[in-house]
Amino acid sequence: MKDFPYSESKDTRSGFGAGLLELGRTNPNVVALCADLVGSLKMGDFIKEFPERFFQVGIAEANMIGIAAGMTIGGKIPFTGTFANFSTGRVYDQIRQSVAYSGKNVKICASHAGLTLGEDGATHQILEDIGMMKMLPHMTVINPCDFNQTKAATIAIADYEGPVYLRFGRPVVPNFTPADQKFEIGKALMLNEGKDVTILATGHLVWKAILAGKLLEEQGIDAEIINIHTIKPLDTEAILASVRKTGCVVTAEEHNYMGGLGESVARVLAQQLPTPQEFVAVQDTFGESGTPEQLMEKYGLNEQSIVDAAKRAIARKQ
Amino acid sequence: MNPFNYDADQLLNVAHQVRRDIVRMVHAVNSGHPGGSLGCTEFLVTLYFRQMTHDPAFNMNGIGEDLFFLSNGHISPVWYSVLARAGYFDPKELATFRKLNSRLQGHPATEEGLPGIRIASGSLGQGPSVAIGAAQAKKLNNDNSLVYVLTGDGELEEGQIWEAAMYAPHHKVDNLIWTVDYNGQQIDGPVDAVMSLGNLRAKFEAFGWKVLNCDNGNNFASLIPVLDEAKSLSGQGQPICILMNTQMGYGVDFMMGSHKWHGVAPNDAQLEQALVQLKETLNDY
Repeated sequence: MKDFPYSESKDTRSGFGAGLLELGRTNPNVVALCADLVGSLKMGDFIKEFPERFFQVGIAEANMIGIAAGMTIGGKIPFTGTFANFSTGRVYDQIRQSVAYSGKNVKICASHAGLTLGEDGATHQILEDIGMMKMLPHMTVINPCDFNQTKAATIAIADYEGPVYLRFGRPVVPNFTPADQKFEIGKALMLNEGKDVTILATGHLVWKAILAGKLLEEQGIDAEIINIHTIKPLDTEAILASVRKTGCVVTAEEHNYMGGLGESVARVLAQQLPTPQEFVAVQDTFGESGTPEQLMEKYGLNEQSIVDAAKRAIARKQ
Repeated sequence: MNPFNYDADQLLNVAHQVRRDIVRMVHAVNSGHPGGSLGCTEFLVTLYFRQMTHDPAFNMNGIGEDLFFLSNGHISPVWYSVLARAGYFDPKELATFRKLNSRLQGHPATEEGLPGIRIASGSLGQGPSVAIGAAQAKKLNNDNSLVYVLTGDGELEEGQIWEAAMYAPHHKVDNLIWTVDYNGQQIDGPVDAVMSLGNLRAKFEAFGWKVLNCDNGNNFASLIPVLDEAKSLSGQGQPICILMNTQMGYGVDFMMGSHKWHGVAPNDAQLEQALVQLKETLNDY
């Protein structure tokens, strides 16, 4: 099992803030909008340096999405910022009509996704956003795993013409992605090659998958770990190549199993390579208040859950 | 500069043909929304044939052009007819309205690439937000042209409308002219019976808009001075709102003043009855 050294743990939302600041300096068409959460979204540095390119919308997310869509018509590249819940469920119809169906170059940047938002509870812990966004034609869905990858993804999506949903979160997690690693939309990242089971993880579950890989190694299981930072378009080639080798798969995500990465992978495998698959995901429930660690344990989203799922998947191999 | 710069007589000539187009289009597919389309004919004809600086060669980004957004997308027949008659596409294409493989979708869309359409609309309440964004992008681009948006009056029941109404004055979006088609009708009946709007002028003024009233949006003599005044008030720190009184179904006697023709197409006999009232001025498509 490869080692993944890191010097510090940081939050992915700060990676977004750092990426946005860099974009401000390099791309004059980038503008930012926020619905009264600039601190939470780490947009402060951008606002300080580019006040004329920042638009405070107030607590009016529907309006924010519409304004962003309109700005693209003049050639601007708007990055909207609010919590994942208010970035998706609250404004689904606005995104559907004014952004996705209209093919507008809006970057919907969503923080505090999933259970790791923590104590605020289920009203704010959206676990359905990946599903909602991936169902929209034209939409790209990205869920990076750490600070460096979120920063790189933020920068990369400005160069891509089309609507993007960028999902990140609140907790600090090990920042192990090399700072100079280029972000390629739709290209899965091989983290550790193995032969017994494929673990496909996204977002905060990528680090959990690495921890699980080490635990599995101690038990003599050689896990292949792949970071699926882009859920749509899905890197089916990389997934199929891995599963052909290992013969079973675990998907891991901070999301309801309905509509998430797991179902996207299952569709590909069902059509092209039927394979035993286990899902590490929330089991169609809402979350609740608690610390991020407590919640990830209670809802089965930690390294031990991945280890258990890997063993179940291996046991199901013919 | 408008590419036509028509006077009231020339505008009326176009309006007659646009009304013929509208009733023929909805009749042909036995669906669509003639009422609001007929009621807003003078408004759209005036924008495209007199008021707006625009280029029928169509560039999506509209740099240097005045932009129009139709928030109440269901009145697509009037917009399609006006765009075609202004040269955005061949009027013959109006015959494909609402048919399979057409660029003229039931509600306006960009997906099929119809020239003149910059965003999809139909799900109500979204147009003012989009128009604000386009207007602010113009400011960032140092582009002095204007952005127009039309909404219905029933549409004002949508919550997003008031988010936009609050935002534009706060951010001094003064290159924006929002017209409300104040016909007092919506699908389920008179607006005041469904959900009364109260003192609309006072509401917009309280939000910080400069509000103009158009007594009769179906009369060029009433409409043109108001649109001219709106333009002259732009760039003064306030967004502009026009409350435009119209009659749903205007120009076809049996469709006028009732919500019943909001989304109903005429049958063969009714089409004939409508067409005898509407002079063919620019050749039927």
